[in-house]
Amino acid sequence: MDKIRALIVDDSSVMRKIVERSLRQAGIDLEKVVEAGNGAEALTALHDNPVDLILCDINMPVMDGLEFVRQAATAENSKGVPIVMITTEGSETHVVQALSAGARGYIRKPFTPDQVKEHVLPVLGKKP
Amino acid sequence: MLWGIKRAADQARRRTATKTMTTNAASAPKKEEVDWLPILERATQEVFEIVLGCQLTPTEPSDDKQKGGFTAIVGLAGALCGVVTVCCPVQAADQMAQGMLGEATVSPRQVADALGEICNMVAGNFKNKLAGTDERCMLSVPTVISGGQYSLHSLAAGRSVQTVQLFKDAPVTIRLQLQE
Repeated sequence: MDKIRALIVDDSSVMRKIVERSLRQAGIDLEKVVEAGNGAEALTALHDNPVDLILCDINMPVMDGLEFVRQAATAENSKGVPIVMITTEGSETHVVQALSAGARGYIRKPFTPDQVKEHVLPVLGKKP
Repeated sequence: MLWGIKRAADQARRRTATKTMTTNAASAPKKEEVDWLPILERATQEVFEIVLGCQLTPTEPSDDKQKGGFTAIVGLAGALCGVVTVCCPVQAADQMAQGMLGEATVSPRQVADALGEICNMVAGNFKNKLAGTDERCMLSVPTVISGGQYSLHSLAAGRSVQTVQLFKDAPVTIRLQLQE
């Protein structure tokens, strides 16, 4: 698999590390990992850091994940980049909102590495 | 519709369809009639099993809060109003952070962050077990208090349930405090 540049957006630094570890456990070869603590930070980070994959929480301060997805889906630097939500919000409403906004996958916390593999590899065009 | 999107939406529908607890249907029990404790216990145990790979065992309440430790708080607003709190001794919080990060040494900031995330997942998992309510209930971002010399006061009437679970021989108190 090609090396992947990933942006992980979560207000918990611990969760960002867990997501990164889960990506590696899923067999994804990470060339670079960019971290952001909320949606606004993530949009700024995307200006200087083109990425191949975005993983994003929903409940965050400053700018939540849904607003970030809406903006990232149409922004020049991130248009077309697959976004997978990783969040405690598991309701159908949230899933539909996220997918309508432009997300390509949805993982509910708590999650296992296998679930990350199952949901992330397909959006990268790989078999889980 | 993309394959990943369709599957995620289908999974969400399946989860909703298979839940046993209902709070928004015409025949649903009233909020005050719901036995929240087993739902809270199951939500907590699942989080610890998946995130930390350990089985919790119920135990009796202890007085550890008065000796210090950490308390994480996540607010609920909407169909359910109140807070979920997770309280534990410092050593247990350290071990949670070490387990989540896979590192032997963790900073106080990481410990607070880890406990906040545990509380967030417990609250979210609890909410997601209530079909219908999960659509109409929002979670706050977590807040973490260090030290045990505090009291929580709600300005609205309500009730609370709590469970104490042993995590690596340390008591972890999980409390759901709901407003009427």
